[in-house]
Order: sequence, then C-alpha cells, then structure tokens
Amino acid sequence: MTPALTTDEIQRYSRHLILPDVGIEGQQRLKAARVLIVGAGGLGSPTALYLAAAGVGTLGVVDFDVVDVSNLQRQILHGTKDVGRSKLESARARIADVNPHVRVELHDARLTSANALEIIGGYDIVVDGTDNFATRYLTNDACVLLGKPNVYGSIFRFEGQASVFGLPDGPCYRCLFPEPPPPGSVPSCAEGGVLGVLPGIVGTIQATETIKLILGIGDTLAGRLLLIDALSMQFRAMTLRKDPACPACGTRTITELIDYDEFCGAPGAAAMHDPGDLAEITPRDLAARLARGDDGFDLIDVREPGEWAIARIDRARLIPLGQIPDAVSELDKTREIVVMCRSGVRSADAARFMQRSGFTRVKNLAGGILRWSTDVDPRVPRY
Amino acid sequence: MAIAIVLPRALYQYARGSNVVSVTDPCRTVADALASLSARLPAVTDRVLTEQGELRPHVNVFVGTESVRFLDGLATELPDGSTLTIVPAVSGG
Repeated sequence: MTPALTTDEIQRYSRHLILPDVGIEGQQRLKAARVLIVGAGGLGSPTALYLAAAGVGTLGVVDFDVVDVSNLQRQILHGTKDVGRSKLESARARIADVNPHVRVELHDARLTSANALEIIGGYDIVVDGTDNFATRYLTNDACVLLGKPNVYGSIFRFEGQASVFGLPDGPCYRCLFPEPPPPGSVPSCAEGGVLGVLPGIVGTIQATETIKLILGIGDTLAGRLLLIDALSMQFRAMTLRKDPACPACGTRTITELIDYDEFCGAPGAAAMHDPGDLAEITPRDLAARLARGDDGFDLIDVREPGEWAIARIDRARLIPLGQIPDAVSELDKTREIVVMCRSGVRSADAARFMQRSGFTRVKNLAGGILRWSTDVDPRVPRY
Repeated sequence: MAIAIVLPRALYQYARGSNVVSVTDPCRTVADALASLSARLPAVTDRVLTEQGELRPHVNVFVGTESVRFLDGLATELPDGSTLTIVPAVSGG
C-alpha cells in the first residue's frame, strides 16, 4: 500500500522529497511503515522524536513508567511539566506536537513473554530502547521468531553499542552475547551513571538505521557492531557474524519465549564468583555501632570523588572502586571492614573482590547511602 | 612486539589511566595477551575470563574487527601490531 501524501505532508517533508534515494516513493514508504519503540526513555526519546519528524506513519511505544525528575537529564521526549505523568502520555503529546500526522499506539505494559509476540507482531520493525538484559533477550527472541528486524542500541556511562539484528541472513543478539552477565554485575544507569547526551547519540543512530531499513537504502549495521566511545569520540565497527549454533536464529531450538527473568537471574541473586552469601549490615545497625563509638571496624566508601562531594557518612574512608585492587595490599585482611557505595551494588562487587583477596571479615552496607538517607539521616542528600 | 588492548569503559574503573593498554611481552595468542594483561590488571581479566580461563559468555574479544568466537577462541594467533578490543554486554537505555 502506498499512501498518498497530502499537500501539508508534501510541504512538511520537502527536504526528504528532493533528496535522491528518498523522494515521494520513499516518503510514502515511511508513511506506510509501522515501527515499535520498546522503551520511552534515554534511547527511545531521540528515536521517537526523529522517527516522528521523518514521517513514520505509525509509531508504537511500549512503556509502563512515570516520568521522574532524574530522567530529564537525558530523556528528551519528556519535560519538566511531565514529571509524575505517564511516559506514554508524555510521549504521545510530544510526538503529536512534532508531527500530528503520526499515529501513536501506546502499549501501557511491561513487555513480557505473555504479550511480546502479539505486540511485536503488529509492527514491521522494532527498536530496542530497553534498559535491562531480560527485556533485550525477550525482544530479540520475539523478533527472531516473528522475522522482524530489531534495531539494537545500548549504553553505559560514556559508551554505547548499536547494531541491526534479526534480518533473514543476519545475526541476532544471542549471536553476540550468548548469555547475560551475572545479575548485579553490570550497573544500571541509576547505579553507574550515564552521560546524558550519550543515549542521544546512540538513539539517533538507531533512528537512522530504522529509516534506512524502511527506505531500503545505504548499508545498515546488520552484520556490524558499532562501538561508540563518547569520551574519545571514537567509533569502531566490529564484524558480527551469524552464529550457526545460535539457539535463536541458527539452530532455531528456541521455538517459544522463555522466562527471561530466570534466564538473566533475579536481582541480588548468586554472586559472580562467590558461591556463598555476602555478609551484609543495614544502615540502622551501622548507625548504632557508630553511635556507641565502636571503632573495631573500618568503613570504606567505594564511590567516586564527585559522589563523595555530594554526600558521605562520617568516619568513612574514600577508596574509589577502581583503586580497590591496589589498596587491598595496604589493608589489614583480618580487620572487620564495611564496604559502602550509593545503593549497594558496587560495594558488593568490591566486597567480593576483597573476599577473594583473602579478607575474612567483609560486610556490604545494604542499600548504600541511599538507604542510609532513608532510614538513618534524611539530611543526607539522595542523588 | 606490541599488542594494543582496548578496554571498554565498563572495565575502565578497574584500569587506571588510559583505556588502551599496550602489551609488549611476547604474545603468540589471545590467551597470552590476556595473561599479560592479567599480571598488570587482574581485576580487568577477572571480568573477562572465568576461573577456568575461558571467555565469559557475556564478553566478546575482537582481534582487529573479528570476534575470536569465529576464529580460534583464546587460541587465536595474534600478528604483531594487532589490536584487541574487549566488549562486554551492557544494557543501559
């Protein structure tokens, strides 16, 4: 079906219409296209904005979250007035303002094995703007099962990755990463931080690839993994091959969607190396020990200097996580040590490293300084 | 002989300074280069290799632009002047 363009659309898209390789026919393809964006966050924001501007006829958006003020540093689909509002409603309003010709279909749900095939089945192309491994594997497997292109992007701190999975002879996400990392070993944006503009770069690349797929022009990232390092502004393209042994797109042994939370491990589940549980201490118990002058332990804070400047606990000693391997040789391995960070993830990592290095009395501060702020001292800023 | 190893900034917190490390010890294979890296930055290779010395399934190592999974794994030979790029899975969005 090649939908005709109205007079208004011809004016709106004139810069596309006069572009070789696009033209009226290309613009009509864009108008006929149905693209699903999974996640209206950091990656989904620039993707939605640019696909709407480009005139993609139907944009589906999947999200279940509400706009938080900490989102605004990078999720440019949403604004200050949207704090507290559903991300989907915010997205709908913003897209309508950018381009009222775009039909927006909202999917107010977490994408799960129960709904993914039905939701994705209604679209031509999927853009992966998710923020966790379980949903990435789910999106991948559903796209492979349904034969839909999956435009992939992911970010961490200052670096990003992008590719196009799911083309008939191309690799899929599992060809690149057969298994997810152990739970808790890769911090989320909330835990590790992210340069706000980074998803802008990667999401815009995803939008570009989506448009190229619709128009059938150029060389997409299918068969390549683009590595983006914003700090050095280096772009490296690795070759990605379809793995004939891949259970999703190779041997096709995956014939239905699985339990992805189980596949990726529940949060806080088994540690990366240590089969035993890591000892923990709650902020309340730590506060009680500090209050009675217990000096029989060291409190080590593994956050970064910038975080230390925002908030700290008295008596803590700052040793940023990256310096822990060097610092352990100077610490008493028999002394009781409490390790802390912002929310307890990095400190758990450091504590396990110390255990493997021979420290016998290491404890992790459960919930980090965030829980200290909630449970012990609300004057300590949360960030 | 010099091999350059590009570390992802996800592992950068474990490596002080630049995220490109130069290995000048004689290295015939990828395993040799990672062993040399391990002597200097054990916390980095801790994230790349299992305790049994195998590549972790959520980490890719590229020699030039080719993944060692499609070459000879950790036994892949390294021409002098090669660049290794370590790419772990990240999921932020």
